[in-house]
Order: sequence, then C-alpha cells, then structure tokens
Amino acid sequence: MLRPRIIPCLLVHNGGLVKTVQFKDPKYVGDPINAVRIFNEKEVDELMVLDIDASVKGLEPDYVRIKNLASECRMPLCYGGGVKTAEQVKRIVELGVEKVALSSGAMEHPEVVSEAALQVGNQSVVVVLDVKRSRLGGRYEVYTQRGAKKTGRAPVQIAMEMERLGAGEIVVNSIDQDGMMKGYDLKLICQVRESVGVPVTTLGGAGALGDMSEAIFKCGVSGAAAGSLFVFKGKYKAVLISYPTRAEKDALWRKA
Amino acid sequence: MITIIDYGLGNILAFVNIYKRLNIPVQVARTVEEVKGSDRLILPGVGSFDYAMTLLDGSGMRAALDEMVLAKRVPVLGICVGMQILAGSSEEGKLPGLGWISGKVRGFRSIAGFNGLPLPHMGWNDVTPIVGNGLFSGLEEAARFYFLHSYFLECSGKEKPLAFAHYSMDFCCAVQSGNVYGVQFHPEKSHGWGIQLLKNFAEL
Repeated sequence: MLRPRIIPCLLVHNGGLVKTVQFKDPKYVGDPINAVRIFNEKEVDELMVLDIDASVKGLEPDYVRIKNLASECRMPLCYGGGVKTAEQVKRIVELGVEKVALSSGAMEHPEVVSEAALQVGNQSVVVVLDVKRSRLGGRYEVYTQRGAKKTGRAPVQIAMEMERLGAGEIVVNSIDQDGMMKGYDLKLICQVRESVGVPVTTLGGAGALGDMSEAIFKCGVSGAAAGSLFVFKGKYKAVLISYPTRAEKDALWRKA
Repeated sequence: MITIIDYGLGNILAFVNIYKRLNIPVQVARTVEEVKGSDRLILPGVGSFDYAMTLLDGSGMRAALDEMVLAKRVPVLGICVGMQILAGSSEEGKLPGLGWISGKVRGFRSIAGFNGLPLPHMGWNDVTPIVGNGLFSGLEEAARFYFLHSYFLECSGKEKPLAFAHYSMDFCCAVQSGNVYGVQFHPEKSHGWGIQLLKNFAEL
C-alpha cells in the first residue's frame, strides 16, 4: 500500500529556521541542519525546505546550504526558494535533492517547468501555489513573492497548466491558514486535487494529525505538510520538534 | 570497497554517509582509474532516462564500467533511474540504455490495466521480496521503501525479480541478472530499511 506522506515543512529566513503566521511575523525556531538531524531520528516520510528570502530578494539558491542539507537528510528532500531556471533545477538535483519546488519562477516563465522536467524527469519538478482567498466573494487567487504579488489567476487553472507542462507534484499552500493551526482549507485542496492527475500535497493550517487524515481522506491528497504542528508545542508555542511515530501514522490510516 | 559512480546524478553523499556509518569502506568514482579498483559498484540516479544516459556517456567512465560489469562481473546496483538505464531502452526516452539486463522500461500510463492513480508513484510503499535473496536479507517482513517514479523495469523473463510492490498493479521493484542488481526505490532515503539493503549489497 502506498502511504500518504506526512511532511514537515521548514522555512529558511536569514540563515535560520522560522515559522510564520499568514506569511508574516517569522519566529526563529532553530538551526536547519540540527532540525534535519532530529527529523532523521524520527524517520520522517519526506522533508520540505523552503528558502523564503531568495525570490523576494532576487537571490540565487544557496547551493552550499542545499548540499549540506541534502547530504545530511536520510529522507527524501524537496527544496524550494529562488529557483527560476531549468539550469538551477538541474544543479540542485545534482546536489542530491530528490525534488525541486518552483513558485514565482514557474508562474513568470512556465516554459522552465517543461525544460526542467525534460532533464530531471517530471517526478522531481514540484510547483508550489501560495493561495489567498479574497475577502469579498471568497475567490481563490495564487500569489507569489511571499504573498506580496498577485498573479490574478485561480489555483485550479495554474495547477492544470503546470501538470500539462510537466510538473510531477502540486503543493497547495494556503496563506490564510498558514500558522493558524486550525486545519487546512479543504475546499481549496479538494478543488485542486480534483483538477489534476499528479500527486497533490497540502500545506498551511494543520494543527493536529487529524487535520492531515481529513485532507487525505476527504480530498485524496497524497501528501500532508505542516510547519507549526511539528515545531511548536502547547498554546504558548514553545519550540519543540515532534513527529508521529510509525505506529501513530499507521493508526491514522486504519481509522479511516 | 564500495564505489559510488558520480556521473552527475543522484545523492552521492547520502550513500557515502550511510556506508561510513556502517564502517564499510566507500569511495566516489569520477574517473576511469577510480572505477577500476572497485569490487562493488553503485549507480545512483534521479532524473529522466535520456538525461541519465547522456551524462553517463559523457562522464568518460562508460567503457570502463562496461568492462567491470560485463567482463569482470563486478556486482553493480542501479538505483531508481540508475536501475532503469541497466535495460536496453525505455518508453521515457529515445537513447539506448546500458543493456546490461534484457528487460524494457515501461510507463505505468501505457499499461492497459493501470487504473488512473496519480503519477508519479510517489511515497512510501510496501516491498515484498521473493524469499531467499541476499539483497533483502532481514527485510522479509513489512519493509517499506521510498519511491519516486512514473516508469519501471518490465522483466523479460531472463532476469530474476527480487521484490515486488503494488501500485494499481504488481510491478517488479528489484531485479537481478547475474552480477547486475537494480532497485526502483531509493534505499539511500529509506531510513533503516534502506540502510539494511545497502549493507546487504556490500556483503553479497
């Protein structure tokens, strides 16, 4: 049986790990390599690391950091942040990263997705959609540049385009739910999942493991990612890295 | 000495780190000389079939590898696309593969019985080994490995399937033909199960 993936998502900001709330107020939660070592011990399914500075500041991906992370990871790694060209995707894969995530790079130059997929294979090309719901009418729209720039396009529309171009996975990240720990935006997740045939991973909002199984069983996503859930403990948000055990994960799937 | 072939694809350092922790001698080969001294080869891979073949052919190590594997019969383990290029051809690409084993690489999508599950096949899946093969020693019960692929090796009947996984259909996820071994999943990213498999390969 193929098991849904439970994925810690780590954000890199000024060289350290942070967690945001609705893409704002980054709170320092630790050192990236140290966190990877802890997640190794906890045998996580997959790890996602997103550099939230690179695209905003127009920087190249930090290849030294990526190499260090990749060689430390004993689980599959998805890396994103500042990736704009197929050449960069290739270089990151060559450093030992299984999957490379594109966001603004893919929206601005969709052909990069096809070029990258031809070289590294579509299984290694991931597109992240940062989505905000409009206050009036509740329409979903994809944003880039850490939520600062509107694309004017709906997530379903972009997801379908990215699949056609060769993306092998779509990560749907809800800006509204980010850091709120009140559950995923299931309406959004289900919409995107139903529109594409590639695996969809949900991010933004998980406050409990039950939120993850809900997204998996209601929407059929194959990956559930979270930041706060795995780095904070208690209502005062003390920093403590946690992750369900193999038995706890298996129990989640049995319950459904 | 385990030799990881560095032709520009796959997580070389992850293999090196695992073998170092196991206290098994390991080296990375980028030249013909480095290939020649080895008694176990690992051909890693993440990427598409043609891209992997282009890099391997351009690495300068191709002829030396052919000699090591075909003439000297040195055991070799292909990983993911490194397993697929062991074959002669793939539905994913136009270039010929290494042809070290006779099967052919097929896409799930082109298999008549495949029922439309999401592709790529991505994540942790159960792997059921065929009883009594050394590569899966200690992994007979409830082993799980990480998969990330849309293509797989379809055996021709001349190779020995070593393990199967299920994704809408059973498919062969580990194969052996003489000294040539391949696994479709990523042992270097599969926690304790993967470490056990890599240890087994070193001790075959």
